[in-house]
Amino acid sequence: MTTPASRKLWLGYGLAMIWLFVLLWPLMGIKPEGLEFAESFAVWARVAAAAAILLAFWQAKQHGFLDAALLPAQAASALLARAAGRVPTWIWLALLAAAMVVFPFLTERYAHDVAISVLVYICLGLGLNVVVGLAGLLDLGYIAFYGVGAYTYALLSVHYGLSFWLCLPISGAFSALAGCIIGYPTLRMRGDYLAIVTLGFGEIVRIVLNNWMKLTNGPNGILGIKTPDAYWWKDGAFTHIWLSSLEQLYFVVLGLAVSTVVAVYRLNHSRIGRAFEAVREDQTAAELMGVNTLGIKLLAYALGAVLGGLAGAFFAARMRFVSPESFTFIESAMVLAMVVLGGMGSIPGVVLGALALVALPEAFRGFELYRMFVFGGVMAVMMLFRPKGLWPAKRMGARSEERD
Amino acid sequence: MEVFLQQLVNGITLGGVYALVALGYTMVYGIIQLINFAHGEIFAAGGYMGVILISWMVAQGYPPFVCLGVALALAMGYCALLAMAVEKLVYKPLRSSSRLSVLLSALGMSIFLQNGLMLTQGVYDRAYPGEMVQGGFEIGGAMVSYMQVVIVGVTVFLLVALNGLVFRTRIGKAMRATAQDKTMSALVGINASRIISLTFAIGAALACAAGIMVGMYYGSVRYDMGFVLGVKAFSAAVLGGIGNITGAMLGGLVIGIIEVFAAGYISSEYKDVFAFIILIAVLYFRPTGIMGENVDDTRV
Repeated sequence: MTTPASRKLWLGYGLAMIWLFVLLWPLMGIKPEGLEFAESFAVWARVAAAAAILLAFWQAKQHGFLDAALLPAQAASALLARAAGRVPTWIWLALLAAAMVVFPFLTERYAHDVAISVLVYICLGLGLNVVVGLAGLLDLGYIAFYGVGAYTYALLSVHYGLSFWLCLPISGAFSALAGCIIGYPTLRMRGDYLAIVTLGFGEIVRIVLNNWMKLTNGPNGILGIKTPDAYWWKDGAFTHIWLSSLEQLYFVVLGLAVSTVVAVYRLNHSRIGRAFEAVREDQTAAELMGVNTLGIKLLAYALGAVLGGLAGAFFAARMRFVSPESFTFIESAMVLAMVVLGGMGSIPGVVLGALALVALPEAFRGFELYRMFVFGGVMAVMMLFRPKGLWPAKRMGARSEERD
Repeated sequence: MEVFLQQLVNGITLGGVYALVALGYTMVYGIIQLINFAHGEIFAAGGYMGVILISWMVAQGYPPFVCLGVALALAMGYCALLAMAVEKLVYKPLRSSSRLSVLLSALGMSIFLQNGLMLTQGVYDRAYPGEMVQGGFEIGGAMVSYMQVVIVGVTVFLLVALNGLVFRTRIGKAMRATAQDKTMSALVGINASRIISLTFAIGAALACAAGIMVGMYYGSVRYDMGFVLGVKAFSAAVLGGIGNITGAMLGGLVIGIIEVFAAGYISSEYKDVFAFIILIAVLYFRPTGIMGENVDDTRV
């Protein structure tokens, strides 16, 4: 069946594929040794086939050919969702908590490693979520606070031998300070200017870490950072131990992540959280209602920075090594991608985003090279099809979706 | 004095390149108020296209200047097509959504393109053929290489051509009208969609030329070279007053010269920091830039 609409669609497809070949072939096919077609054609054919299949499915869905299969599936999932809704939330939370506690005893070292990474990124994502999701300030240099937290603990641990638990709040405080220093001059800007300036600040922090040889040892990084310690009941007395095995570290970061989730949840439902959202939705209206917008923005920035700093201190303790390489722009982009993918302003969304962006690539280790490539593509396409994320926040105003 | 003169020559060369990239940012921002993050990657793609075409043509035995001219023309066309594809695919469908979504989508596109370059061209630097333009001359103790002369010559030519296009032709008039008021220009019969596409294409072609020249100047290209240069060029656009074409040219020149002097007299390790500091200072103290473009409260 060829309606004019579908004819136009496939014509567009044909043109797009020709365009794609024109863009793809010079990159892959022109070599100093001579011209080459087979490889680029193979790649192109795969993309073209995949696009054709997707288009065909989409058209079939548009015309209702898939209803026979889709409608029962939709009904079933709606039924499941209703049934799940009957179970009180605390049961789900208890089940989740039990699963988190049992997890390290059922799995291997490798899984622990991945789980620790996921939890660290959850902390980071939640911190950025306060800035981007709640207050609506696009921060592209967020990883700088992670770096400040990590270096604070690293330096205090190596030079003064201070314990992790003492340094954790200090790291948070230093990051908050950095957040205020960076935040104060930038927060009068809006939207996209803020984005580019925070990006600039993030880069400045990295360049300083890279070049301030006396303090940070430059690109070589800092070695010999202590892991967290604790007193544990052993042989009838409390003895001092180092929490250096992966299971122990897992529980440390689990505690950190759970506290972060609780803190952000409480923040979200507080007066300040509402002020954040008011500023996000309409700054002028918020100001008229008596919200101190500059102060609230600075607070959002500082709170986000604290959470990033805490995660950073743990990162330094777990790696026992820090170097500026861990705090590049691409890390900022990745944390941002988690927040966006999961759903801005939504806590379960950020958790889901961190799982998707850290754990999934581990499952496809063979495609390591393609990871950022796919991230970028997904981030761009996500804005077209699901701008609110996988698990959207409940309290997201209509205004934030309009143009500001 | 000699050192000063030498730095000035180097600064002008670099500044011209920044100006070319800054124009793309400023034109796109002027017309759809979007920081086109993918622009730096278009610049890098241009550098790669240059190295690909020039090495192939040198291997075929064409004379250097033919190689350079043809490669420049072809690569500029290629980057224009690439930028138009990006615009059609992700920016156009988002024209009515929130600014944050478009910005994030631009960021995603930038990561996508950068990694696409890495996947097809490899992680390592790719060297330009060395025997392209050699030699130089001396003015007052400063060495000016012929390469620098070529770069400045091409830059000046492109800037003059762009000025002519924007301020002397009907298309340029349509572009300026669309930038001022999209609804009104649509009412008098200007196809805004086509003008936006064209703006992306022109910006990309300029960035591509800059990419090739940076590649030749430093001798090699790298897949992630677009990121830092992109931010610096954006700083140049802001310094000149975003949306202002003459301002972007001036801003690029100023940023290039300041960077070279700061690297020479203050610290070369921190040379990348100065552009950012200028950006922050300009936005803080004079958000309208040197040339003073109108800035309403949605921008700053």
